[in-house]
Amino acid sequence: MLVFAEQKAGKVHPIAYELLSKGKELACELGERLYVVIVGGGLDRAIKELVHRGADKVFVYDDPLVADFRDDPYSNLLVGLVREEKPSIFLIGATAMGRSLGPRVAASLGTGLTADCTGLEIDPKTRLLVQVRPAYGGNIMATIICPEKRPQMATVRYKVMNEAKIDPTHKAEIIKKHVEPRFLLDRVKILDFKPVAEEVSIVDANVVVSGGKGLGDPKGFKLLEELAQVLKGAVGASRPTVDEGWTDYHHQVGLSGRTVRPTLYMAFGISGAVQHLAGMRTSEVIIAVNKDAEAPIFNVATLGAVGDLYEVIPRLIRKVRAYQRDRNVR
Amino acid sequence: MVGLNIIVCLKQVPGTTEVEIDPKTGRLKREGVAAVVNPFDEYAVEEAIRIKEKLSGRIKVLSMGPPMAETALRDALALGCDEAWLATDRVFGGADTLATSYTLGLCIKKIAPFELIICGLKTTDGDTGQVGPEIAENLGIPHICYVNKILDISESKIKVTRMLDDGVETVESSLPALITVTKEINQPRLATLMGKLRATKAEIRKITAADVGGDPNRFGALGSATRVIKVTTPPPPLGGEVVKGSPDELAERILQKLIECKII
Repeated sequence: MLVFAEQKAGKVHPIAYELLSKGKELACELGERLYVVIVGGGLDRAIKELVHRGADKVFVYDDPLVADFRDDPYSNLLVGLVREEKPSIFLIGATAMGRSLGPRVAASLGTGLTADCTGLEIDPKTRLLVQVRPAYGGNIMATIICPEKRPQMATVRYKVMNEAKIDPTHKAEIIKKHVEPRFLLDRVKILDFKPVAEEVSIVDANVVVSGGKGLGDPKGFKLLEELAQVLKGAVGASRPTVDEGWTDYHHQVGLSGRTVRPTLYMAFGISGAVQHLAGMRTSEVIIAVNKDAEAPIFNVATLGAVGDLYEVIPRLIRKVRAYQRDRNVR
Repeated sequence: MVGLNIIVCLKQVPGTTEVEIDPKTGRLKREGVAAVVNPFDEYAVEEAIRIKEKLSGRIKVLSMGPPMAETALRDALALGCDEAWLATDRVFGGADTLATSYTLGLCIKKIAPFELIICGLKTTDGDTGQVGPEIAENLGIPHICYVNKILDISESKIKVTRMLDDGVETVESSLPALITVTKEINQPRLATLMGKLRATKAEIRKITAADVGGDPNRFGALGSATRVIKVTTPPPPLGGEVVKGSPDELAERILQKLIECKII
């Protein structure tokens, strides 16, 4: 049972903790140990975090030459490790990195890869990994197995599974692997990176305030920004608004955008198409405002309000501010 | 500049994702669902044409599919692609991404040479985004996913920006290479009448299993590592309460919910 821990600048991407949690569950069912592999530079702290999250063995490729993600060297190293250790299952996060790396590794190993799994279980009879994932824009769920080829590979989206709990007493074997120069093909060079100018990423925010086509106008996002600020949250968007250019892709929530699982998701002027729901339906509390009483979003909303968002939001902002003032909350 | 040889991989997909499952067979109902070019592939075709317009070259568009996929290839020809190839054979059917990329890899070797392969980010039916990188691995060439802009291209190098989760990265790769493109990369044109007329008369060249050689055990369902054992419709979501009223009443109700859930 092997899990890939994605990292950037020595900081582990939390998807790894979710994979470790699910990995632990699967490993226990199979009577196997939970291995994790991490590739990058300056990984001492990252290794500790992986141990505390339940890994039994951590394979470490720690070298400045692989500090930055590139498909070729990462793929070569992972393929080499899989060939040595022969895990029955290999899980990778369905992040931009994972979805580029996973298929390359799978093709090299000649094995099956199931993308964006929302469910992973062991079939008690066959002991196979049963993979469930959405297809056709989320309108159907497909149950998939990889009966013969190994490892059985799957990518899992961020915020779909729960994180492994931290156990500072947990111990693991650390195997430091040598990064062989012959794996470091030089075909692709990274020239530059511009991070998205965002105070709070929608994926990590506790509160997401989203707008859809019902906004009618890109200016609607200014109103959402105000509400998001008051609630200390981030602004999200449905796909049509991004397609129209009202906001940019990094705010997009949905099947072809991000999956978010905030404590509160507010949907304003969003009809609730299946593709959008796929990106937010596991939020703890969903509040929706829409003029259309038949909008499918009301099927998933904890609280739905049929009305004009341009009338409701300013009043809501005033009420929240008043409430916070009265309670002396900043 | 001699001009680039570009191959565009294209898939014909159902025109709508609003698919249903036949309760009797447990399979997807395909009748009456129109077929279209996978939306992401339209952007791939457009980008190939733009490169050809700037630097000259030849665009070969390739699809693996049943005979009806010809119409999708004709759409690509109508827009300005030069050659259309359809890999069609009963043994290619039922393929997962592993078998698909193996087959397409062999086809590409057959219609080579090429400097650049352009694929759409993913398909709207399979939703995996895997075939592009897997083809690149099979051909032993580098790949770059999520390309939203080509900054520069020559016979030996390509410089692009690609969209990662947390920002935009500028990347340069040697050629030959494979890129997958996002919808941010361009705005696809519409075919002209002339283009459509030319396309109706054009030859769609066929590739069968016998034509590509390779290991027949790696094609189609036989060559697939994964198998779909069940398709279901997701359970209908459980809604909460829906309220109506004046904007002030609605705002008040929402405020109470925020307090109740300890958001504020």
